[in-house]
Amino acid sequence: MPGMILLALLVLSSAAYVLGHRRVLRMVGGPARARTLASRPRYYGTYVALWCAVPALVLLVLWLFLEPVVLDQLVLRHLPDAYRNLPSERVSLLMNDIKNLAKGGIVSAQADPAVQEAAEHYRRLQALAKTALWGVVLSLSALGLHIGYRKIHVSFRARNQVEKVIQVFLVAASTIAVFTTIGIVFSVLFEALRFFRLVPWWEFLFGLKWSPQMAIRADQVGASGAFGMIPVFTGTLLIAAIAMSVAVPLGLLSAIYLSEYAPKGFRTAVKPILEILAGIPTVVYGFFAALTVGPMLRRLGESLGLSVASESALAAGLVMGIMIVPFVSSLSDDIITAVPNDLRDGSLALGATRSETVKRVVLPAALPGIVGGILLGVSRAIGETMIVVMAAGLAANLTLNPLAAVTTVTVQIVTLLVGDQEFDSPKTLAAFALGLVLFVVTLILNIIALVVVRKYREQYE
Amino acid sequence: MNKPNPSASPAVRPSLSRTVTIVQASLEKRYRAEKRFRLLGLSAVVCALAFLAVMFADIIAKGHTAFQQTCLLLDLFVDPDVVHVGNLDQADYQALVKRSLEKHFPEVTGRQEKRELYGLVSSGAGVAVRHKVLEDTSVIGKTIAVWVPANDDVDMVIKGHVDRNLPESERRLGDRALGWIETLESQGRIAKKWNKTFFTAGDSREPELAGILGATVGSFYTLLVTLALSFPIGVAAALYLEEFAPKNRWTDLIEVNINNLAAVPSIVFGLLGLAVFLSFFGLPRSSPLVGGLVLTLMTLPTIIIAGRASLQAVPPSIRDAALSVGASRMQAVFHHVLPLALPGMLTGTIIGMARALGETAPLLMVGMVAFIVDIPRGLTDPATVLPVQIYLWADSAERAFVEKTSAAILVLLAFLIVMNAAAVYLRNRFERRW
Repeated sequence: MPGMILLALLVLSSAAYVLGHRRVLRMVGGPARARTLASRPRYYGTYVALWCAVPALVLLVLWLFLEPVVLDQLVLRHLPDAYRNLPSERVSLLMNDIKNLAKGGIVSAQADPAVQEAAEHYRRLQALAKTALWGVVLSLSALGLHIGYRKIHVSFRARNQVEKVIQVFLVAASTIAVFTTIGIVFSVLFEALRFFRLVPWWEFLFGLKWSPQMAIRADQVGASGAFGMIPVFTGTLLIAAIAMSVAVPLGLLSAIYLSEYAPKGFRTAVKPILEILAGIPTVVYGFFAALTVGPMLRRLGESLGLSVASESALAAGLVMGIMIVPFVSSLSDDIITAVPNDLRDGSLALGATRSETVKRVVLPAALPGIVGGILLGVSRAIGETMIVVMAAGLAANLTLNPLAAVTTVTVQIVTLLVGDQEFDSPKTLAAFALGLVLFVVTLILNIIALVVVRKYREQYE
Repeated sequence: MNKPNPSASPAVRPSLSRTVTIVQASLEKRYRAEKRFRLLGLSAVVCALAFLAVMFADIIAKGHTAFQQTCLLLDLFVDPDVVHVGNLDQADYQALVKRSLEKHFPEVTGRQEKRELYGLVSSGAGVAVRHKVLEDTSVIGKTIAVWVPANDDVDMVIKGHVDRNLPESERRLGDRALGWIETLESQGRIAKKWNKTFFTAGDSREPELAGILGATVGSFYTLLVTLALSFPIGVAAALYLEEFAPKNRWTDLIEVNINNLAAVPSIVFGLLGLAVFLSFFGLPRSSPLVGGLVLTLMTLPTIIIAGRASLQAVPPSIRDAALSVGASRMQAVFHHVLPLALPGMLTGTIIGMARALGETAPLLMVGMVAFIVDIPRGLTDPATVLPVQIYLWADSAERAFVEKTSAAILVLLAFLIVMNAAAVYLRNRFERRW
């Protein structure tokens, strides 16, 4: 239905454009005299079209976002008191029933007359809202057309007005990034604070035991004892450490080889292939880790007499490391190339070999930038989800043994939130608390890395 | 290049000649170190490339067989009692298939055995028969030869993914079933055919009936939303920041934000989508609309950063020329700078879209992991996307889903290669160097 309204708005505003265009030409006395206008004729058309479309569009978007909320409230207010005083999660279940009934679908429980009536009420409101939306949007659009049409005259500076509107759109678009950050912070923080009301934050941060499945009800004895994030976080760090111990040497050495040694043809052929590694979806790495690398390591361990868990941290970490290689290598490559050639030439002129130049001159000079790149890689490894969801374990073992199965923050977020979920249970809210930790940790890493890299760039510019 | 001159003058001071001796003595060692270091670098590159090759080879080896489906050729009597003109659509075609199987193996009598026999064909075998009958209703009452899809266990045996020599307890197919398969094989009644179902069906619990069309359509709708929102907004934001924004604290803040958002883990965007779009605004769960909104927020930083880079590459002389003939700043930017920067922006957008196509984690958070058989028909229908489908199949226990998963990965990678190739083409074809 919004599609149809959008189409109608498009037709109306095209008409508005034509009308405005014609009107101003008529006013000035024909296309031949168009150059005496304050702006070119099409700006007048655009001006009227904007008046016609923009207010109506804003209203449409607001309406679509608010309609469900308002309808829910209206229906709830109509219900008998007994229903309205239910706890909030029961109310949302009830609303689901009402909506399903209104759609003619299946309901979870036997519907009593009050709910039946509410469903009927809901259906009526929905139909009313639909008609009202059409009416309000179209009349607002017509009103806009009228206002715009009236406003234009020969010496009207239509271009300035149109440009002002465009400017507002540009500014609004650029602030979306800020709003996204605010949205992330608030949504995660808000739910996390609710979680900390159920489970004290010190238990969450310093607790040594994590088993959220035990706490199905908040009033259960010992429910809060199972939300200690230390084992989860240790698992995350363990896997990230394995990943980085693969990614840093491989990435750094290939960057050095490609930028200092490789012949040009080799470099141009190999660089894009390495970048393919960065473009492969992580779910593919996860599949490979879970079905090929994991079993392979297990067999290898068996033949060496070691017991390797089939979902070992090593398998996930190794594959994740390969995923991060192109990331480290392309960042280091940029930074190594940015080291001025004077430094290299000076070192070579003193009789150093190439590798000595690299190790004693180029790398120390590039070190801050490389560290920044590695930090970004660590932040990736901590936030990576699909590889660990598919290849790492679910049980939170507090261990540093890479052959054992560990779990990570992201795995826990996914398992807590995918599938049946009840809002307000500590289980669901715990996922947001973990999300908050994840966001804060990666934020700190990113900021340090960005500052370091920026400082480094300035140094040689 | 740094070998000392062998014919050093004899008149050097003793200390210097000693230095030369020391240097020369250590030279061989240093050259060896140089060689080692070089080899180390080369082996790092080779190692990364080898991993890529192994992974591709592994996935292709696992997945290429999924494009074929084992079929059984059955002589099937289209019983007019079961199928007649009145019930062509809902007749029990599966019963016809079962009867035909009994006729092929008349020695099978026990209940248990019969069930095992029926298990040779897919539960969707009746559909193949129905197609045949609907094509030509004159076959009713006659015996026809039909290729019907085999069950996934049979499929795995025929394709060689399951070793026939394993002890019976470790196989899903018993010895009896293997005997039947061998009989059918010797009669030439088993063949591998092009697996059309894989490209035309939605998800299914039965591996032989599962396809990727539903997920592909879901991906298409999700990307449509992402593209429709992130391209205009990304271009507008890049234009503002690069061409109009004053240098002050606010724009600095925006810049820091964009750079940081580009590095925020994708799952956090999923949490945002769950809390804001689903819980707060009450948008429909599992829908491409919500998935697209989340991916929009995720890809915007990529597009903005690429857009700014390509705007920076347009030389200031273009702007100056436009301004000097009386264009407003807006006109100079929209009529002259933007068209020149657009190819670069499009390249960035395609790369962002390719990333969005491969993204899984945030979509798990907004409920796009449901088991959905129907092919979505709109932005608010429940849907899933290709990478999530891969994840779901990878989690399935049936052996046959391994090859489906790998095949779905191959399809996804094919899409990604096409998109990236388009980006490279665009860059080479339209990008100007100043």
